[in-house]
Amino acid sequence: MSRSIKPAENYKEKARTAATKKATMGEDIDLTSYTRSAEEHPYQKDPSKLPRVTKNQMLSAGIMLDDPTQRTGTFIQIDNTPIHSSVKQDGVEVMPVSEAMKKYDWLGDYYWKAVPVDTDKYTASVELGQNDGYFIRTQPGTKTDFPVQACLYLSKAKLAQNVHNIIIAEENSELHIITGCTTSLGNEPGMHLGVSEFYIKKGAKITFTMIHSWNPEFAVRPRTAAIIEDNGLFLSNYVLMKPVKSLQMNPIARCNGENATARFNSILVALPESNMDVGSRVFLNGKGARTEIISRAITTGGHITARGYIEGNAPEVKGHLECRGLILDNRGTIHAIPELKGTLAGIDLYHEAAIGKIAEEEVEYLMARGLTRDEATATIVRGFLHVDIEGLPPMLNQELQRAVKVSEQDFM
Amino acid sequence: MLEIKNLSVAVEGKEILHNVNLTVNTGETHVLFGPNGSGKTTLLMTIMGFPKYRVTKGTIAFKGTDITHASVDERARLGIGLSFQRPPVVRGVKTRDMVFAALKEKDKPEMVDTLAKDTNLEEFLDRDINYGFSGGEIKRSELMQLLAQRPDLVLLDEPESGVDLENIALIGRLINELLEKGSKIRVRSSMGLIITHTGHILDYVHARNGYIMLDGSISCMGDPHEILAEIKEKGYEECARCVFRSARYVT
Ligand SMILES: Nc1ncnc2c1ncn2[C@@H]1O[C@H](COP(=O)(O)OP(=O)(O)OP(=O)(O)O)[C@@H](O)[C@H]1O
Ligand SMILES: [Mg+2]
Repeated sequence: MSRSIKPAENYKEKARTAATKKATMGEDIDLTSYTRSAEEHPYQKDPSKLPRVTKNQMLSAGIMLDDPTQRTGTFIQIDNTPIHSSVKQDGVEVMPVSEAMKKYDWLGDYYWKAVPVDTDKYTASVELGQNDGYFIRTQPGTKTDFPVQACLYLSKAKLAQNVHNIIIAEENSELHIITGCTTSLGNEPGMHLGVSEFYIKKGAKITFTMIHSWNPEFAVRPRTAAIIEDNGLFLSNYVLMKPVKSLQMNPIARCNGENATARFNSILVALPESNMDVGSRVFLNGKGARTEIISRAITTGGHITARGYIEGNAPEVKGHLECRGLILDNRGTIHAIPELKGTLAGIDLYHEAAIGKIAEEEVEYLMARGLTRDEATATIVRGFLHVDIEGLPPMLNQELQRAVKVSEQDFM
Repeated sequence: MLEIKNLSVAVEGKEILHNVNLTVNTGETHVLFGPNGSGKTTLLMTIMGFPKYRVTKGTIAFKGTDITHASVDERARLGIGLSFQRPPVVRGVKTRDMVFAALKEKDKPEMVDTLAKDTNLEEFLDRDINYGFSGGEIKRSELMQLLAQRPDLVLLDEPESGVDLENIALIGRLINELLEKGSKIRVRSSMGLIITHTGHILDYVHARNGYIMLDGSISCMGDPHEILAEIKEKGYEECARCVFRSARYVT
């Protein structure tokens, strides 16, 4: 793939120095057991013509192809090939990142600027592997009517998919994205490495709802960072309720502008044999910046590490961190690691963390209304996973709840 | 009919209720008085069937069935409903879900909104159940759920305590509605057992009998208005000494 970014050589150099650098968290994955190459897939002008099984798999991750009226734009990448990108609203751009590189020479100002290329071997692999990714941007003042959907899909066994996404909301624009990452591989190994760099300009807003649906042999290492300017808002929702062998991510939001806001919501369900280490880090660097990190973790036998980190570095910042975990099976473990750091007076940070089982008193309360024990338990678990997400458009909220509901059937 | 015979109940290894006997006939409402900690809530929770309240002796029969060992949900489905004194908060479970869960006529989901309107709780339907509810709101929410459930035996644990004067009339009306089921044909099929300290509820419902619970035993039975007057005048101290009353009840 040819890229016209000048400093790219530097990045390659840097990446090579980090090619074996272990990540600070999560088990180490042997990248040499994966391949980076996959055959090209043909471009699909009309993605509703994709095979039914493929579409259903994508639908399980929130990607709607049969009726795209509820979507402003669509991006689909299968293995290493972007097979479709389209957009139907002026002021909104959706294209493969490789194409954006050719189109905009200024993209260098955003490329590896939020996530350092030498963070670890996984970011290095993305630079060295370069299997494309998406570029989504809203022009100043543009507000997406419907969400843009982006699907990263893996169909080749043993492939490590190295994608690099760049998302920019220009001043006072509003961009809603729903991303589904999934695979057609039933029980074969694969790896997804995704770098996502978000830039939220003054007064802009991005909501990013990411649904992952992998298999019990998958290793996943997303590397995400957002930079938020004055009065900007970054709202990130993450749902993982399907089996995964090993997932580790710890996205960062840098609230650099005054009154910049970041919110992270994570809904995690670890089935037996699943191992997930999911955190969110927010740096409140601008005066009056704010954040809320909320995670709900349920284990039915797998292991979850739920992290949260808020650092207050500017006056009048506020942060709230909430980790709640529910252990439904004795084989499961949940390790909540909430962290707060303040570096000056006048900041307001607090956290709550709780891990437990379902309270018997609550189950009995519902049973007193006529529900069986199983129905009462299911209702409480469903309630536990239900997070009221402030700032998310009602439609996306409904879709999120629907995705959660569909996945619930797998473990309840 | 609810028939409680020689009932003793232990909570966490400690006997709280001792040899309680009580019968509520179909169509009747009875009222339970007694000082704090005397075992009133324990009796209602035991009738509802919460496992924490362990029956060590005696039986509970409802509609001719021995329910002493039936589960909570079995009892609910048999037609027993309880308004809790202190219901738990269930985070994430919306009030709407609770009312719908309780709803007897599942084919009429619009009832949920109607009942919320009737109980003045429309704004609460989309809130987590009991989360941040005031004392009076909890009472109304409990009644809303019971109105959805339509139980034949209505157990109310201090339905009017903490309720302001304006809302007390509303609560009274709602309770009446619960108990007057089938009143069109002037035959009441429902039963009530109501715990009260203030007795305000007596202004709204027709209660046949009153009881005083003292130290886990029912020590007296009589006209609820008379009992209330005596308690107001002499307090429970006197009541404990009233051998006549307890003798009359025991025989
Ligand atoms: N879980 C428990 N462990 C130990 N003691 C308990 C427990 N639950 C109830 N009790 C005790 O049982 C006794 C009866 O309590 P109960 O709640 O039935 O009283 P009550 O008559 O309803 O009082 P109030 O008028 O204050 O509501 C009290 O002494 C109480 O402390
Ligand atoms: Mg009580």
